[in-house]
Amino acid sequence: MNYKIAGLAMAGLMSSVAFAPSALAADKTIVIGNVNDMSSLYADTGGIGSEVAAKMAIEDSGMEKKGWKISVISADHQNKPDVGATLTRQLIDEKHADVIIDTPNSGVALAVAAVVKEKNKVFIPSGAASAALTGAACTPNTVHWTYDTYELAHGTGGAITRAGGKSWFFLTADYAFGKALEADTTAVVKAEGGTVLGHDLHPLNTADFSSFLLQAQASKAQVIGLANAGGDTINSIKQAAEFGIIKGGQTIAPLLLFITDVNAMGLKVAQGLEFTSSFYWDMNDGTRAWAKRFQALDPAHHMPTQGQAGAYAGVLHYLKAVEKVGDPSDGAKVVAEMKALPTDDPLFGKGTVRIDGRVTHPAYLFKVKTPEESKYPWDYYKLVATIPADKAFRPLSESDCPLVKK
Amino acid sequence: MPTIFGMPPQVLFGQLSLGLINGSFYALLSLGLAVIFGMLNIVNFAHGAVYMMGAFCAYFLLNGIDLPIPWWMAGHFSLMNIHFGSHLSFWWALLLAPIIVGAIGMFLQRVLIARIAGLDHIYGLLLTFGLAAILQGLFQNQFGSSGLPYEIPDGLSGGHNLGFMFLPNYRAFVVGASIVVCFATWFVIERTKLGSYLRAATENPSLVRAFGINVPLMITLTYGFGVALAAFAGVLAAPIYQVRPLMGADLIIVVFAVVVIGGMGSILGSIVTGFGLGIVEGLTKVYYPQASGIVVFVIMAIVLLIKPTGLFGRAA
Repeated sequence: MNYKIAGLAMAGLMSSVAFAPSALAADKTIVIGNVNDMSSLYADTGGIGSEVAAKMAIEDSGMEKKGWKISVISADHQNKPDVGATLTRQLIDEKHADVIIDTPNSGVALAVAAVVKEKNKVFIPSGAASAALTGAACTPNTVHWTYDTYELAHGTGGAITRAGGKSWFFLTADYAFGKALEADTTAVVKAEGGTVLGHDLHPLNTADFSSFLLQAQASKAQVIGLANAGGDTINSIKQAAEFGIIKGGQTIAPLLLFITDVNAMGLKVAQGLEFTSSFYWDMNDGTRAWAKRFQALDPAHHMPTQGQAGAYAGVLHYLKAVEKVGDPSDGAKVVAEMKALPTDDPLFGKGTVRIDGRVTHPAYLFKVKTPEESKYPWDYYKLVATIPADKAFRPLSESDCPLVKK
Repeated sequence: MPTIFGMPPQVLFGQLSLGLINGSFYALLSLGLAVIFGMLNIVNFAHGAVYMMGAFCAYFLLNGIDLPIPWWMAGHFSLMNIHFGSHLSFWWALLLAPIIVGAIGMFLQRVLIARIAGLDHIYGLLLTFGLAAILQGLFQNQFGSSGLPYEIPDGLSGGHNLGFMFLPNYRAFVVGASIVVCFATWFVIERTKLGSYLRAATENPSLVRAFGINVPLMITLTYGFGVALAAFAGVLAAPIYQVRPLMGADLIIVVFAVVVIGGMGSILGSIVTGFGLGIVEGLTKVYYPQASGIVVFVIMAIVLLIKPTGLFGRAA
């Protein structure tokens, strides 16, 4: 259910009556639109936390002291692509948004990317996973932060298949993200000599997975790959434990897992899960200091997810580029500057924005700790392997992005 | 391999059992709605929120709760969190959570819902819808959306292999508990003197009042009972699903469809339809999983076309 949208529509209406759009020559005002799931299964992985992260980036950029006016507006896309596209249009036309961030849910992100390109603004999908955002659907206005389906499929799928998990069965969220993740993982599993025995498509935001799990159990596959996220992943794993699937010897492979998911499941259920992540709060002094600041500001006092970390790093890099360009109004120009500047922040370290819009940084293979190994709150992951930045993402030579010249 | 309608019997029986388990929740929730609608004529949209509160209540009873205390009570010039510790097990929660949440429900009925008695249904719907939004918003702000862990009680962990499926003990318990509570409710309302007072009070409140029965009190208790049923379902759901603020919001629409199919206000109708639709949904997951989210609504549309009062409803 959503009320924010009505409020936003009303506010938009009023503001368009009250003010005429102000197109100044040297625009020193930046409006960041956080088009997000504010109330449903992805609200904890992105949601209000991404607004918190963006505000931290504004503070850390130090640009407000130099006379810039920067604000963040959050809007709830309700996981509906049409709502997301409409909100983006409204934010850009009526609120003069210069950049749209996060947008978990690849279905929505792909719709938003098209609108942002049409309006020549900037899109930083730090919470969406579909690798199509920097592949077939890449635009000169998109910079893709944090993770994508190629990275997740190769990180987790590759590691598990190489370790002997040769036969797979997928539980897949029935929309763009789930299907992309399943397809990418299937390719990896087959390339490593494994087989895929079958899959089940489940509706987005499903409470009861027992039917699907029973079919996965009956398939006798060694590995049950979860091509879903957020609340869907939590419920799948919790119920897999209940139905004796984990004890029965089948491996559960969550292809996209967030720290808030682990927190919600509890370590007793989540222990031993292996997965790929681009960020963990407890990696080094830089990430720890930032995460503790974040936790104090987050309304639910969660530790930051990788998506929220990506929102911070993305906004920080965006602001650097805008400062250099001097004006946020030409989105493609800002993105070109973002690609020219190397990325550098305390969360992901040094990296680059490639020509296709992909941000590269290392990816990590983690394992969830047992309750005994966990020493303090949110002490959940242990590092298994590091995948270097040049191996973590789809190489440009395999890219189907029209921006990549071959 | 022998098949039934093109499906191996293991898969079919497995899904039928799962349908029965989901049906248990539908039945408990739609029963509460039916009781409230039947006796108070209120379309209780807050039902999903009280179901959620039941689950949270179980969590608090187990893990304690941090309540913000204003400075004038704490003696400091700030809001401070006081931890009320408790370690009451699932079984205590099953008893206490419905009582606590039921009491909150009775309070809300007295101060808010009683004021719109006798007005058009839309007022009750809007009021309870607003209440649900406020309650869910408060919980979401405090606890986030992905929820809190709640473990299966020790005595009920594990399960049995039935040959065609692995049935977790806890889920078997849910079905049993739900059937017992549903039929006890049906029995009280349809077969006891108290139930006859209740039904009479709905038919003709002024006449019943003339016999010296405190009708407003009965109405409050009925609302409290309906809410307690939802809270009971919430406690049962806590170990299976996440204890999360929107757990009820996602379920309530389906439950309303169940009530409409069964016939608004029909006690037996809501029980039978609840279990029945759970099974139909289970079967859909075997034959065409993508449709499992909408099959209930398709059935609702068909029933409304053929018999607008619902399968067990009487024409008004």
